[in-house]
Amino acid sequence: MGAIQVNKKYNDKLIIALAGNPNCGKTSIFNALTGARQHVGNWPGVTVEKKEGRLIHEGKLIHVIDLPGTYSLGAFSEDEKVARDFILNERPDVVIDVVNASNLERNLYLTIQFLEMDVPVVIALNMMDEARAQNIEIDVERLSRLLGVPVVPTIAIRDEGIKELIEEATSIFYRENTVEKGLSITYGREVDDEIKKIKAIIKDDPILKKKFNHKWLAIKLLEGDDQAIEEVSTSSFKDNAILEQVHKSVSHLKEVLGDEPAAIIADRRYAFIKGVARRVVKKSSSLEERVTLSDRIDSVVTSRIVGIPIFLLCMLGIFVFTFALGEPASSGIELFFESLTRTISRGLRDVGASELLISFLVDGVIGGVGSVLVFIPPIFLLFLAISFLEDCGYMARAAYIMDRTMNLIGLQGKSFIPLIIGFGCNVPGVMATRTLKDKKEKLNTILISPLIPCSARLPVYMLFVGAFFPANKGLVLFSIYLMGIILAMIMGRLFRKFLFEGETSPLVMELPPYRLPTLKGTFIHMWARGNDFLQRAGTIIFGAAILMWFLSNLPLGVEYAGENSLIGRLGAVIVPVLKPLGFGSWQAAVALIFGVFAKEVIVSTLSILYGVGGADLTSVIINNWTPLSAYAFMIMVLIYSPCVATIAAIKRETNSWGWTIFTMAYNLILGWTMAFLVFNIGRLIVKG
Amino acid sequence: MGKELLTLALLPPGCKARVREIVGGYGLRGRLLELGFVKGTNLRVLKNNRGPLIISIDGVRLALGRGVANKILVEPIEGVG
Repeated sequence: MGAIQVNKKYNDKLIIALAGNPNCGKTSIFNALTGARQHVGNWPGVTVEKKEGRLIHEGKLIHVIDLPGTYSLGAFSEDEKVARDFILNERPDVVIDVVNASNLERNLYLTIQFLEMDVPVVIALNMMDEARAQNIEIDVERLSRLLGVPVVPTIAIRDEGIKELIEEATSIFYRENTVEKGLSITYGREVDDEIKKIKAIIKDDPILKKKFNHKWLAIKLLEGDDQAIEEVSTSSFKDNAILEQVHKSVSHLKEVLGDEPAAIIADRRYAFIKGVARRVVKKSSSLEERVTLSDRIDSVVTSRIVGIPIFLLCMLGIFVFTFALGEPASSGIELFFESLTRTISRGLRDVGASELLISFLVDGVIGGVGSVLVFIPPIFLLFLAISFLEDCGYMARAAYIMDRTMNLIGLQGKSFIPLIIGFGCNVPGVMATRTLKDKKEKLNTILISPLIPCSARLPVYMLFVGAFFPANKGLVLFSIYLMGIILAMIMGRLFRKFLFEGETSPLVMELPPYRLPTLKGTFIHMWARGNDFLQRAGTIIFGAAILMWFLSNLPLGVEYAGENSLIGRLGAVIVPVLKPLGFGSWQAAVALIFGVFAKEVIVSTLSILYGVGGADLTSVIINNWTPLSAYAFMIMVLIYSPCVATIAAIKRETNSWGWTIFTMAYNLILGWTMAFLVFNIGRLIVKG
Repeated sequence: MGKELLTLALLPPGCKARVREIVGGYGLRGRLLELGFVKGTNLRVLKNNRGPLIISIDGVRLALGRGVANKILVEPIEGVG
């Protein structure tokens, strides 16, 4: 490779940005490059997921930033803006553009835009195996020559070509302009002339000329790109001159060519790509002729008759899977913590520690850690199942199937996925709204998410249903779930009407070909999400547990969570508010307060407050509640508040305390109203 | 094989057609352009009964809401009527 010249500025750290279309195998490349050394976060200011990873190559630390999957670098979605801003502002040393070899033409559209920006690019020609299976042959060397960038063939799921990719990406950086320029794209004489005119003015602008590639900016301005126009009008001295010229050029082109410059430019890019593809790709049949296995599966899975049953079966499968494996693991963890607390309190008593300290360590700290850990099995299993369905391509079909139904409540099919996840746990449900590109749509989905009965509410229902409705267990339980779903639908509709006016954003969604996900890929996917959940939710749940401990033990010397503790007094304060709902006892009030911290805690709180556990709790409940008050209480638990972890997730995904507080407020009001209606109408019926 | 234009939403499954025009605002046009709905591109309708359509364009399967499909004008090539 000749003499290697090390650029001084980046002596120790390389930054590689990973870009590519959705479904091009970018995630597999990212996994292959970085393994499990990944960190999931958010891009600042937006809730687009940011994945970072590291690798060490020949003693050098390389940071890999996974840009959101996009088809283009326009400004049509947050994803595109994020990807583009990163390239423009952070100036990664190399961009690895992952290109799906079985779909070269479409994927090159993004590549072209990197070339327009004049950033150092290495193409990872991925999924070579799929291309070969479809009898598509690509002349890699020629492709590289025509585009003027290195091209490395890869099969990421089998780690093939990854080493070469890293070599190429790092060496492009040490090399000095050894790659000659490939074909330059021409947009037709008319457009090229206008680009030149705009470029000439940009060249004279002291700020813009340093910040952007002149030609790229000129193209973007001609395309009518909002962000580029904004940039020019805010940070340029010559904004008037530039924008005037752009305006003139646009109307000139419209007149001469009879179309918007944006369309002409896109057209030219595709023409260029077709020219390249013609020279490097050999394939046996034309793309739109092929009926693939995926199409055949789709004709069943998306069909009107069996589509929904298959979908429901899948969902049922997820929950059975999560519960069947998660429940025993969770109870195992609970048992472990019970014995741990016993051992530790005994040990502490033996060394003469004060009761208060013991209680703090045991009930507060260890109890807090325990309540985080019991979440792990169901959450990770749920994420595993969802990652699998996503990675194999089924989730997109689920969104397709549900589109019509979701339109009825003013949402689109894609919103259905976060809501379904919410049945397991509202936190990942809210987190999953990230996949929704339309802001109103996303916000609306987040707002109604807490109404979806998550699995943590189930123990509460089991307790009360078991106590009062043993004969109709299933039916009563079903009525509660149904109430949650119907309320979510009604609220979604109302929010759409009054808060997020406007049409439902139209569905435009790629249905990726079905793929058997790799074990490694699915596990990394699950791990990254689960970890994210644990870090965010874990700290909050733990913190809340400690806070609750203090509220239960202050003032000093009070009985733990008794009537005279702070929490007990707080409960007493809200008792009058709960009276009209049929459960105006301080125990119920305290249980509801604790329930905000995590819903399943309601059961253990009641057992502490009534001073009994297990079967005894059921009989105490039967003596102190009526069937009607129990039902009203279950409705209240269903609606009254998201748990703290969900609240935190809502804050994070909406990026706004306003919406977070709004969600909590409407939940509380709606919960109270529904419980009030149920209790009082029920009373009339019982009396009458 | 006339040159009459139809909206994509009107095409029966199995029909092949060529993209001719997108009627819509800047945002929709931009999104569709980057998905490959460029004038002259061929596509095929895979599914069109109720709900969103499924089409094949440039070897990719896309689900398109009816509202969007109504804004894409195409020239049928074969398999229509």
